[in-house]
Amino acid sequence: MSPLDIFLTSLGMAVITLLCRAFFMLPEQDLPMPQWLREGLRYAPIAALAAVVAPELVLTQGHLVDTWRDARIFGALAGLAFYAWKQSLFGTIVCGTGVMLALRFGAGW
Amino acid sequence: MPLPSRFARLRAQALEISRRPAFREGAREGVPMAIGIAAWGLVAGVAMAKSGMGVALAIFMSVLVYAGSAQIAVLPLIASGAPMWVVWATTLCVSLRFVAFSFHYRPYFAHLPRRRRLALSFLMGDSNFALFIHRFPQFVAGDRHQDYFLGCALVTFGVWQLAIITGIVAGTGIPTSWGVGFAGTMALLALTCTQLRSASTWVAAVVAACAAVAAYALPMKLNIVVAIAAAVAFGVLANRARPDGAKVNK
Repeated sequence: MSPLDIFLTSLGMAVITLLCRAFFMLPEQDLPMPQWLREGLRYAPIAALAAVVAPELVLTQGHLVDTWRDARIFGALAGLAFYAWKQSLFGTIVCGTGVMLALRFGAGW
Repeated sequence: MPLPSRFARLRAQALEISRRPAFREGAREGVPMAIGIAAWGLVAGVAMAKSGMGVALAIFMSVLVYAGSAQIAVLPLIASGAPMWVVWATTLCVSLRFVAFSFHYRPYFAHLPRRRRLALSFLMGDSNFALFIHRFPQFVAGDRHQDYFLGCALVTFGVWQLAIITGIVAGTGIPTSWGVGFAGTMALLALTCTQLRSASTWVAAVVAACAAVAAYALPMKLNIVVAIAAAVAFGVLANRARPDGAKVNK
């Protein structure tokens, strides 16, 4: 892509992300929405978060990990365990990353 | 009004807002996430530097788009010269979760002027959404929603932009093989945990995670759309299956 193309692409991306973020915030009246969709949408945010995280943990180059000796999975499990224990965001990040790094550089996984 | 006095007024207003207790609370609760956001921003910045689009355009895109996962998702497309509409469609798929966020934010902010709502929308992100809903599960009139949101969102915005611009400028000087980006994934994992309120949210998260992995080969990050659709469908069916008295109606 030429610099001009990248410039225009960025502008378009900015408009698209802002419209998504403002979709239900902008209208003056509540948008008509069937009750069943309202119920379903309660699960959309957690689904989106899980959908972004899961592939990062169990896929390598688009393929499912084929060994249990994967530092990321144990890092994530350690992070989950820490959250279950303390409900601390900071602790979860530090504990999960620490275990992953220890396994990768300590055990060579 | 002359420009200098307008600036002075804005500055006084900003100072006043930053002293409000709810703003401070939001900022304080945003700080623990900063380590994950900084790590993720750094990795995104390095990826943008490596894509070869140049420092100026990379910073332009980061400040204007302010959506890390969308930016990372489109880099290989831009590098390979994909058509513009494919880049935009990918951006849309990755950003659809923001539509769900805005649906949940609406009751808290619907009374504000439209320009204010647009400005708040720009600052919307995964981190401040999860923290906000965790802090205010239900709309209660009189709560300082806007101050809390601003405190949390501005800390996130500042940390993110600082990190991604550092990554763009330092570029290949930062080795990504260290697994810095994993801290960002752990941050998202921690945010996911804050949203696990009930048994049905657990199931929705597992359904979405499996769907996102199974559909990963789809182009344009459609796997995220598939995952959200699967979890929403599950939510609808689960609510149908409940006895009438136990239905969730909000």
